[in-house]
Amino acid sequence: MLLRHTTAKEIDRKALTINPAKTCQPVGAMYAALGIHGCLPHSHGSQGCCSYHRSALSRHFREPIMAGTSSFSEGSSVFGGSANLVSAIDTMFTVYNPEVIAVHTTCLSETIGDDLVQIVSKANEDGLIPQGKQVIYCNTPSYVGTHITGYSNQVAAMVKFFSTATPKKRNVINLVAGWMEPSDMGEIKRLASVMEARTIMFPDMTGVLDTPLDGHYKMYPDGGTTIADLKLTGDSKFTLGFGPMSTEDACIKLENKCKVKFEMLDIPIGFKATDRFLMSLSRHANLPIPDSLSDERGRLIDLISDSAKYLYGKRVALWGDPDTLVPLTEFLVSLDMKPVYIVTGTPSKYFEERMPEILKDIPEAKFMNGELADMFRMHQWIKQEGVDLLIGNTYGKYIARDENTPFVRFGFPIADRPGHNYFAKVGYNGGANLVKQILDAFLDHIDRTCLEEKVEFQL
Amino acid sequence: MAHILDERQKQVSVAGLNERTIDCNKASLAGSVSQRACVFCGSRVVLYPIVDALHLIHGPIGCAAYTWDIRGSLSSGPELHRLSFCTDLQERDVIFGGENKLYASIIELIDKHQPKAAFIYTTCIVGVIGDDVESICRRVEKEKSIPVIPVQAPGFQGSKKDGYKVACESIFKLVGTKSKPYTPAKSINILGDFNLAGELWILLEYYKRMGVHVNATITGDGRVDDICNAHNAALNVVQCSGSMNYLAKMMKDEYNIPSMRVSYFGIEDMSDALYDVARFFNDEDMMEKARQLVKEEFVRLMPQLAWYKERLTGKKAAIYVGGAFKAISLVKALRLIGVQSVIVGSQTGTTEDYELIKQLCDEGTIIVDDSNPVELSHFVKEKKADIFIGGVKERPIAHKIGLGFCDHNHERKEPLAGYEGMINFAKEIYATAMSPVWKFTKNP
Repeated sequence: MLLRHTTAKEIDRKALTINPAKTCQPVGAMYAALGIHGCLPHSHGSQGCCSYHRSALSRHFREPIMAGTSSFSEGSSVFGGSANLVSAIDTMFTVYNPEVIAVHTTCLSETIGDDLVQIVSKANEDGLIPQGKQVIYCNTPSYVGTHITGYSNQVAAMVKFFSTATPKKRNVINLVAGWMEPSDMGEIKRLASVMEARTIMFPDMTGVLDTPLDGHYKMYPDGGTTIADLKLTGDSKFTLGFGPMSTEDACIKLENKCKVKFEMLDIPIGFKATDRFLMSLSRHANLPIPDSLSDERGRLIDLISDSAKYLYGKRVALWGDPDTLVPLTEFLVSLDMKPVYIVTGTPSKYFEERMPEILKDIPEAKFMNGELADMFRMHQWIKQEGVDLLIGNTYGKYIARDENTPFVRFGFPIADRPGHNYFAKVGYNGGANLVKQILDAFLDHIDRTCLEEKVEFQL
Repeated sequence: MAHILDERQKQVSVAGLNERTIDCNKASLAGSVSQRACVFCGSRVVLYPIVDALHLIHGPIGCAAYTWDIRGSLSSGPELHRLSFCTDLQERDVIFGGENKLYASIIELIDKHQPKAAFIYTTCIVGVIGDDVESICRRVEKEKSIPVIPVQAPGFQGSKKDGYKVACESIFKLVGTKSKPYTPAKSINILGDFNLAGELWILLEYYKRMGVHVNATITGDGRVDDICNAHNAALNVVQCSGSMNYLAKMMKDEYNIPSMRVSYFGIEDMSDALYDVARFFNDEDMMEKARQLVKEEFVRLMPQLAWYKERLTGKKAAIYVGGAFKAISLVKALRLIGVQSVIVGSQTGTTEDYELIKQLCDEGTIIVDDSNPVELSHFVKEKKADIFIGGVKERPIAHKIGLGFCDHNHERKEPLAGYEGMINFAKEIYATAMSPVWKFTKNP
């Protein structure tokens, strides 16, 4: 009874967040920056921020996470962190030799009013930025938005600093990846390449946060979107953005800057969202969807139909980020399941607009976003009426244990199970992976808890 | 050692080769990928295991999210410490101040959970916007009649080590505020064990067998009432001295309680810890019981350790941990199972600690303060280490290079303290060093 403090009665809270379903902006900026090849993220603030973000990402991906910090002191909080950042830029280029340094701010540097534009241009004037190298930056105050906002700001900065329009347009589609796993990015790229579409994905964490063990440590792994490719995004003929909360800002900036039109898509979780993605790509790249992908779809549908009776009517509670929750909820509904409780700490219009439509046939569904939409509230709802399945990040394990409910891990952070960066949950194959995980969780639970005489060889 | 930043040269030394004293307790160089954390982090990890207190973080959500259930400090009772409470400051609060929000939050929480005390952590931004946390704490303390202690921990005010000091000051505010009706004469406080994986419970068992009464555990499985009564103990036994020496010193000055520094890792240090306590009480019966205990454990342990030593002899280890005193114990414990320490480093060691390490280690051992991944990976290659002992940020790098890894930090899952901890440690080192996976790291 780890969460014995939770009662079914909902308390009217004025000010307090208990067990958050979110974290702060800078970790999102750090994650996104790792999707640029040869990039060293830099946290402009106290040492602790950087250490926490690196630990959080390291626990989740089980990969080395490198990032610099301005190591603020009492002095910098009074006189500003300009000197720290300038000398940090010097140190990093001299010692760690990255292609790009991606600076993000923290609550501290924002509040004392450090001006990144001015600081970075001073570093440049002082000749601290070597020829051909670049320092990009974005503002990520922790008291505005959440980790998703930070991710979005970092991706928008990639457009701001790199995307360039030349007269030579290319027959290429930009794929702007929202907050998802490297495995998911890899799957989206695979689907596009099966269609023989020419694409540039950014940011791209494949080959960065899922690297092979070969006895060598590479500070800058082989993956990530190259600077050359980031520049070329301005000459692409169209952009697809996956997840409006994390990519719409970048897509709009790219259209404004380079006149590349875009379409906002859901992250392709489930067959409906995957259908929409492939049709959109087919339309904009002017390429047919090959039979092999129809077969993948058919296999997913086959898997669902074989197990439909176990999925029907099951009540699900889920939490995480709007960009994944929306298509995931849609997928669960299409599996004939009942997503009844949905919580995200990230305030989101997208979530508010899409959920009522997706959940229109499930009148008992409760969903909430923003401040006070936390895991404590989720648990209170579950106490009022239980669910059959939990889907979310590791912070659900306490509820899963207290309520003896099957649990599928999905989202960020997952600190207690491996493999999420290897096995995709997007696309048809990813959908099959997800359905299999859901069924395994249910059926293992039944086999373990049902009456002795009901244990059966076949289901 | 070209891979060391020029400015950091003085923070690295080699045992037996150069006579340089380590220049430590320096702020990290801006831009270096330091493994260190901040004041808030230091105070939070030390106070976290006080299980019947309320821990509320006043700041934006990140500081709360990253310290939610982060270390396996086990509780034998309440689990209040494992929840994450935060005022979740927003832009409007940064502009207009977060005082009202803070007050409302503390009141709501105390009403709901009836904690024995409340710790209110201030983060970087609160230090800058200037909320008067002290006065709110005083006000709530009056209204609710429990200690409400402001933990002034803005991250920028120093490193993790400074946070330890802040935590000690906060704990010290509780000490002496209440006396239990009776505290036995031969009683100790255990300082600086955080009950990771239940380690404290092992120690309690040993002291019980010796006839020593443990008065307060600070802070592992900690209870507010015990801490309030801590001034009635005869002795402070201090482990993880980096975090707790300051508290011991304050208790010495104020209540004249002597302290001793111990370590519970490895057979030698564990046994010394028990003997030293018996010696302090000058109690022959207690000493005899300690001897008996050590003998029993020793007889049980040695054959098992011999098995590991036979197989591990010749293996080399790199150690990079938070506190230097732990590093010293690890060097000794590794030696017991035939493993040589070739790199020894810490985030927060003192000059004296490093001198001690230098004397203890074999010639050529690299000794380093506040290192970073690039340095560490070079050192590891240079010294041909087989195993790395460290924390969460070091694990994946060690694995990528093809080294075994043992977490001797928050993420340990088996107790590593005491005699049975020594066996667990040997087992863990063996399992990781001898894992067949390392034979397959190179392509055929």
